[in-house]
Amino acid sequence: MTPKEHTMTTAYTPDLSIITDEIHPAVGPWELPVFLEEHELPSRAGDRVIQFREALREAMSEEMRRDQRVFLLGEEVAQYNGAYKVSQGMLDEFGEKRIIDTPISENGFAGMAIGAAMMGLRPIVEFMSWSFSLVAADPILNNAPKMLYMSGGQWGCPIVFRGNDGAGGQLGSTHSWCVEGLFSNVPGMKMVIPSNPYDAKGLLKTAIRDPDPVFFLESERMLGDRAHVPEEEYYIPFGRARLMREGDACTLVSWGRPVHFCMEAAEALAADGVECDVLDMRTIRPLDIDSIVASIQKTGRVVVVDQSWPFGSVASETVTQICEHAFDWLDAPPMRVNTRDVPTPYAKGLEAVYLPNAGRIVEAVMEIAR
Amino acid sequence: MTQATTTARGSSSARPSDALPNETLLKWLHDMQLIRDFEARTMQMYQQAKIGGFCHIYSGQEASAVGCTASVNHDDPIVLAYRDHGHALARGMHPAACMAEMFGKLSGCAKGKGGSMHMFDKPNWLFGGHGIVSAQNPLGTGLAFAARYQWEVLGSGPKKVALTFLGDGALDQGALHEAQNLASLFGIPVIYVLENNGYSMGTALHRHTANCENLLDRARAYGMKAIGFDGLDIRNVYDHMKPLVDECRDLQRPAFVDMKTYRYQGHSMSDPQKYRTKEEVESFKERDSIANLAAYLMKPTEEGGRGCLTEDEWKAMQKEIRQTVLDAVEYASNAPDPDPATELATDTYAYPIKNLSPSEHYSHGAKNPLL
Repeated sequence: MTPKEHTMTTAYTPDLSIITDEIHPAVGPWELPVFLEEHELPSRAGDRVIQFREALREAMSEEMRRDQRVFLLGEEVAQYNGAYKVSQGMLDEFGEKRIIDTPISENGFAGMAIGAAMMGLRPIVEFMSWSFSLVAADPILNNAPKMLYMSGGQWGCPIVFRGNDGAGGQLGSTHSWCVEGLFSNVPGMKMVIPSNPYDAKGLLKTAIRDPDPVFFLESERMLGDRAHVPEEEYYIPFGRARLMREGDACTLVSWGRPVHFCMEAAEALAADGVECDVLDMRTIRPLDIDSIVASIQKTGRVVVVDQSWPFGSVASETVTQICEHAFDWLDAPPMRVNTRDVPTPYAKGLEAVYLPNAGRIVEAVMEIAR
Repeated sequence: MTQATTTARGSSSARPSDALPNETLLKWLHDMQLIRDFEARTMQMYQQAKIGGFCHIYSGQEASAVGCTASVNHDDPIVLAYRDHGHALARGMHPAACMAEMFGKLSGCAKGKGGSMHMFDKPNWLFGGHGIVSAQNPLGTGLAFAARYQWEVLGSGPKKVALTFLGDGALDQGALHEAQNLASLFGIPVIYVLENNGYSMGTALHRHTANCENLLDRARAYGMKAIGFDGLDIRNVYDHMKPLVDECRDLQRPAFVDMKTYRYQGHSMSDPQKYRTKEEVESFKERDSIANLAAYLMKPTEEGGRGCLTEDEWKAMQKEIRQTVLDAVEYASNAPDPDPATELATDTYAYPIKNLSPSEHYSHGAKNPLL
């Protein structure tokens, strides 16, 4: 072997030409997709109605056709066609070298995928449930998000981890994890939580094209949701909230499945003449605090809705940032609606009360919107 | 499997290392002595508080790092645990970059962001020391997975083999077992190199691993080749590793190696070593890998040696290495500290975008000195 001889001299002077607009050289030559402004994206109206799971599948398949370095691995993704049928048919198109069934060993295959990403591949790791990612906490939290930093800028880790997050429906406590509060705490990662098929496709395509580790959180309860998803290719940039509904009485801030609870609550409130802004954050790291502040400047009130536990949650982070950036615009204390602060119960009635829901959101709004 | 059929001395004993030229073995001696001297100086610097955190000394195990890296190609990926200075040097990292990293300096191999346990050297295909026991095993499996994917799916690379070094403490972690299962299932060309120094921190092998007399059986149960050998004799290391590497490369299969070795120092710099006797340490020092190789190289060919080194040349080599290490220390001492203004929040994201953090504005930092 011929090792590379490093030239180390005592006259070392660091190269401080800080690059901000370029992709870090650690991930090699990198081509970003073209990002359009929200109003330039293809229409959300149309009759090409597909399920959320199909939107995810289209995103992965399109990117796998574009780039052979992209591959999918996880439990039951190939022969079984996906435990939740997200990857249905992908084995037939891409073959077993790129759609890879793994044994039930999240620690092993997540770590393996991270090593593959360091070597220049672009893995998509499917966790059947983010609840099962807890046994892979070391690779996904200790390796992936820190690799670029710990190696002093030598290796990045372009990888997507995706799967179901949050209560599925009477799955009990161990299978109902919302990992966003825990995992988004770690710098070096990006986190995406889409609420609808259109965004899911555009955001997952962006995630696969992003050179950083992206944690992509889906919901078992939404995989069957249907909406128009356009034929043409589009990418949704990270860090841009979407205003779902407009009003001046209160701002409702949420992401993922609870966005629907907010819409339900906003509708109920509107019947009483209370009109709300509803913001779908879409990504929580980055968190589009600018859009939240802009809305609060109009409403003076805010309720943050988050399906993870309240203590040290994304809601607490959001409320903190609101206090830092919009304190003077607030006419009432910022509120948060989380799940109740107990392990997820099994019984249907208990689970319904445990989760954030329209009723609890309405109550929170009414408490401050007078 | 390729086996050397001729040897430097024209005998037919077919030890792969016999086929190597004298210069190669002299380089091994040099590199092992460099590690030994470097580590002695590292301990001194640690005691002077120039080095912080945890620091794990490699002295005694040099034949493993140097012999194993000699058995693979330069572009075969290697990943390590936290006792990683020796492998970094064996792979070709400049001692100054290694020492500067431990000093927490900007010119260290990770710009002072990694430390003793996290040695990375991209130009030399060294994918890091890793601080969590056994974390490197799935990673190394992934390096080899990618190498195979690049060769097989992308058609863009040669057949490669990855080396994943682990200590005996890692034998008991699930990550190793999951990695071995995956490697065998998928046909991943990775060799798990167990540097079995007999202690998981302060717990002796028989006290931490069940059925520890039959470690090879564990790997074989996963359907991979497993070999065990003495890791104190570097020629023996190469003789076993080279054919195994060639076989794993050729067949694109994993393997496991149980290499018996010994560390002269404690687990880390803070280890009083009450779990072993001085006599035990001395008994291993009598079989010292460096002294043995030097003796072999000095012994005349007619007596089975190489006769390519004199006592004076050996002393001169040691002197030169001593100076190299002193230069590394001086370099590290004089190197600039990372400036918090330009280094603390840099190299966190490859594509820093707005609002990733409530407190940081991320960007790219100074270019890594190794790149």
